[in-house]
Amino acid sequence: MNKKNILIVGLLIVGLILIIQLFNLQILNEEYKITADNNAYKYVTRYPARGLILDRNNNILVGNKTTYDIMITPAEVKKFDTLDFCRIFNLDTADVKQKLKDYRKNRRKIGFQTITFIKLVSSEEYSVFAEKAYRFPGFSAIPRTSRSYPFNAGANLFGYIAEADTAYLRKSSSYKRGDYVGVTGLEYSYEHLLKGEKGYNIYLRDVHNRVHSSFAEGEYDVDAVPGLDIISTIDGNLQQYGELLMTNKVGSIVALEPSTGEILTLVSSPGINIDKLANINKYYQEILTDPYKPMFNRAVMSPYPPGSVFKLVNGLIGLQEGVLIPDTKYPCSNGFPYGNRKLGCHAHPSPLDLTHSIMMSCNAYYCYVFKNILDNKKYKNISESYDHWREMVMSFGFGRKLGTDFPSELSGSLPTSSYYNRIHGFNRWKALSVISLSIGQGELGTTPLHLANLAATIANRGFYYIPHLVKASENNQIDPKYKEKQFTLVDTTHFSKVVEGMWLAVNSPPGSGATASRSAVKGLDICGKTGTAQNPHGKDNSVFICFAPKDNPKIAIAVYLENAGFGATWAAPIATLMVEKYLTGEITREDLETRIMDGNTMINVPVKRKVNGK
Amino acid sequence: MGSKIDIRNIDWLLVVCYLLLVFIGWMNIYSAVYTEENPSIFDTTQRYGMQFIWIVSSMVISIFILFVINARSYSVLSFIIYMFVTLLLFLVIFLGKEVNGSKSWFALGPISFQPAEVSKISTSLFLSYIMSKFSFKLKSLNGVLSTALVLVIPMLLIILEKETGSALVYCGFLFVLYREGMTGAFLLFGIFAILLFVVTLAISPLVSIIIITLLFGVMGGILNRNLIFYSAVTILLCVILALLPQLYNIHFIGENIANLDVEYLALIIIIPSSIFLLIKSLKRRVQNIKFLYLSFLCSVFLVFSVEFFFQNVLQPHQKARIENLLGIQEDLKGAGYNVHQSKIAIGSGGFFGKGFLEGTQTKYNFVPEQSTDFIFCTIGEEWGFMGSVFIIMLYVFLISRILILAERHKEKFVRIYGYCVASCFFMHVFINIGMTIGVVPVIGIPLPFLSYGGSSLWSFTILLFIFLRLEADKGR
Repeated sequence: MNKKNILIVGLLIVGLILIIQLFNLQILNEEYKITADNNAYKYVTRYPARGLILDRNNNILVGNKTTYDIMITPAEVKKFDTLDFCRIFNLDTADVKQKLKDYRKNRRKIGFQTITFIKLVSSEEYSVFAEKAYRFPGFSAIPRTSRSYPFNAGANLFGYIAEADTAYLRKSSSYKRGDYVGVTGLEYSYEHLLKGEKGYNIYLRDVHNRVHSSFAEGEYDVDAVPGLDIISTIDGNLQQYGELLMTNKVGSIVALEPSTGEILTLVSSPGINIDKLANINKYYQEILTDPYKPMFNRAVMSPYPPGSVFKLVNGLIGLQEGVLIPDTKYPCSNGFPYGNRKLGCHAHPSPLDLTHSIMMSCNAYYCYVFKNILDNKKYKNISESYDHWREMVMSFGFGRKLGTDFPSELSGSLPTSSYYNRIHGFNRWKALSVISLSIGQGELGTTPLHLANLAATIANRGFYYIPHLVKASENNQIDPKYKEKQFTLVDTTHFSKVVEGMWLAVNSPPGSGATASRSAVKGLDICGKTGTAQNPHGKDNSVFICFAPKDNPKIAIAVYLENAGFGATWAAPIATLMVEKYLTGEITREDLETRIMDGNTMINVPVKRKVNGK
Repeated sequence: MGSKIDIRNIDWLLVVCYLLLVFIGWMNIYSAVYTEENPSIFDTTQRYGMQFIWIVSSMVISIFILFVINARSYSVLSFIIYMFVTLLLFLVIFLGKEVNGSKSWFALGPISFQPAEVSKISTSLFLSYIMSKFSFKLKSLNGVLSTALVLVIPMLLIILEKETGSALVYCGFLFVLYREGMTGAFLLFGIFAILLFVVTLAISPLVSIIIITLLFGVMGGILNRNLIFYSAVTILLCVILALLPQLYNIHFIGENIANLDVEYLALIIIIPSSIFLLIKSLKRRVQNIKFLYLSFLCSVFLVFSVEFFFQNVLQPHQKARIENLLGIQEDLKGAGYNVHQSKIAIGSGGFFGKGFLEGTQTKYNFVPEQSTDFIFCTIGEEWGFMGSVFIIMLYVFLISRILILAERHKEKFVRIYGYCVASCFFMHVFINIGMTIGVVPVIGIPLPFLSYGGSSLWSFTILLFIFLRLEADKGR
């Protein structure tokens, strides 16, 4: 072979090498095609409408309304009438000028990017802007949806949405800056259903991020998929009514449907005003510095002493342990003396049996019962008998989280024997050392949700369903645990005597000594128990739990008011008004309703006002 | 040879090939810098409009070369032209304006001009002149010295201008020397050296040494006519070499040699054993064994000098480009950005391409230098695999056609000049296209006839048409 041919063969080989590499790049390798897409296409997000939150009767509790974000592309802004612009959106001229100056300073960094200028512009403001938009080059508007609340109720329950922060973005990769995400309440727990799927429009762009045109006339654009609706167990009307009753009161209402565990109403007062919820960023500081802490959901977070309501639990445990015979009567001489001390009681006939002790809420009676429970010879020592008692209390849901689908639920407090062993020395304590537990005072901490659950448990005569806020629907399977009966450690047979006592407490004629006779509603057969729990900070707390009707109960409810005084004065009327509203749809006791709505117990609540920062 | 040209003798195939390439180049420059504001392809505020002017002027030049200039003048004037261009190459170092870190451009008002582009023509002419002289013998000391001088002077000056890419093109003249009598072993050794360079950098010096051992062991076996014995020894040596790194894992040995690189350990093994084999062969008076052994030593030396060359001779950006090509350091935003974007553009073209003016990568300025050094991206993206292969085949045809015509010509001057032209084109095409698709490190030289730029289009045109003119005088 001559040298010319060798060179030509070499040339062909080199040509072949180039062609092989081209074949590799252009035909075999997919990576470069994908990267090319990322380079040249600009994906503009289409935001989905967030799912609705409906109440149990399919009323919209949390809906959507269209708002707009005003966007700015600083590179395209030309001189415009700042004053006119500011007038549309109610902006401060100096602020806007400063912002524009900042953009000019950073123009190299910003390039042709479009950034958000004003958030959450109402559709009224938008329509004024749209009319004049040609006068403001470089400004544009993109539609976003924000939350609207047709019912003025339930702000704490629903929680709010806000732009995802850096920590959140780092955790969940599917979110981008500017996306809204549920931060508290149902918005938070059901984020995965409510959020929907984002879509996008594809535009062609160049290396300077300048958008050139819509790609393939939108053929490959993806529509946003709206979020799924969730149906809550809340009764919107009842919730609203509850919040109305709680005006100017600090406390909670929790209403359950005993036969399902569904939460009908969950009020924490004072709550966040629904108007402020949609634009929480604007009011966040104000809400945060409010001395009544509206963000704090008392209904599921606040551990209160249950007071006399807790006597029901001790009575039931006594029956189960066999240390209490329903017909046994215990005397009460304005209290229960022990050592050189006395646990006081109010004036009532004496001695009383179990049913009447509930009806009249005798303190002494439950001191005897509690002493008998802890001094039971069955157990080796006080620690063992106490822990056994504690285990039974816990079977009612106290001292632990019930496991609701609500994010911020707390467990309250229920000390173990080791707690008292630490204080008094190992087994060097006795029933009398912890006697205040008998009447629901002392180291007990129960949330209003716990108490409502107790009412439901008694209404069901011995079991409860874990309270929950969201109903199963075609979009949403709920955890099967919400359909399981949760039995207490007390036999169901023991409950009838207690129910009888609760019925008498409400339905006995006035003057009989019944604690809540003033709250009786004819024909509703409400069974209830008052409580007046000592509050170290000021006036006593007013407590009431009840369910109705007595047979086949439809609603169980707990009302807890801070520093309001007697349970019968405030909590019982509120609870029974709620029952009346729920069962009959109308209120027969209008005077009572007016008195409650106008009443202000908030003034009794001692608050530490914070000095507002700055 | 004379001033008159017979039109029938012009190789019209090459002319058509030239026109085709120039036209394709123009269209792709149009596509690469096309904007909706300036849609006219003749708009001289844009590069495509300017390229049209360059094309027209190139046509004028080519007609001038074909029909006006006396073909004889090239060999006669080659020395003067060569000296003049060399002077320019020298002056530009001091007077040139700096573009992208290299001082290789003369700025004459609005027109810039790069002597390095022209020096390809002058060097080709003068080399052809010297080598075609009757008394010239390549294998004589005189021949070697004069050719080396002619090539090395402009090459060094260009390196001083920091235009390493253009200097590299001069390596192409080795093909000319090969044709004119240089032994092919030099070319083979050159290719082998590149291979060793790559393996040493990308894998390890030890692997290079194993390759050398294997290759020369087997060749020694062939020369000794005792392939089995030599192969066995070689394989044994290779196994020992491959196991050397394990020594570092043995506790008491590893401690003592921890500071010694493994390739030096390898030296301790291969030098004595190779000397032993050499003496054995010398005793048997084996042919060519000294030359083989010398090559062997050179190869080993090369391996050890790679690291030094890489760290001390190359400039940082050149190092980065080579590291990027070999996958030692991936830096897609820095040194690797061009190539990565270029590969994306070409890769996204697929089989049929996106169509004329439809490219997204090149049109929207993702690829830098898209109308000059990276013009091939536009072709790859818009015309796909089909278009790219067509262009490569067009170049292969152009170059081999020049080789065939040159070889056929009776005049030694024309033949050598033809080989020079073909070599220049080959180097440019291979390096440029190779760079855009990631088989050659980034070296900024234009793609003949396709890249934007008057300086390069003119000089390639002149280079080609002088050959066409010379070739048209069929052996008279």
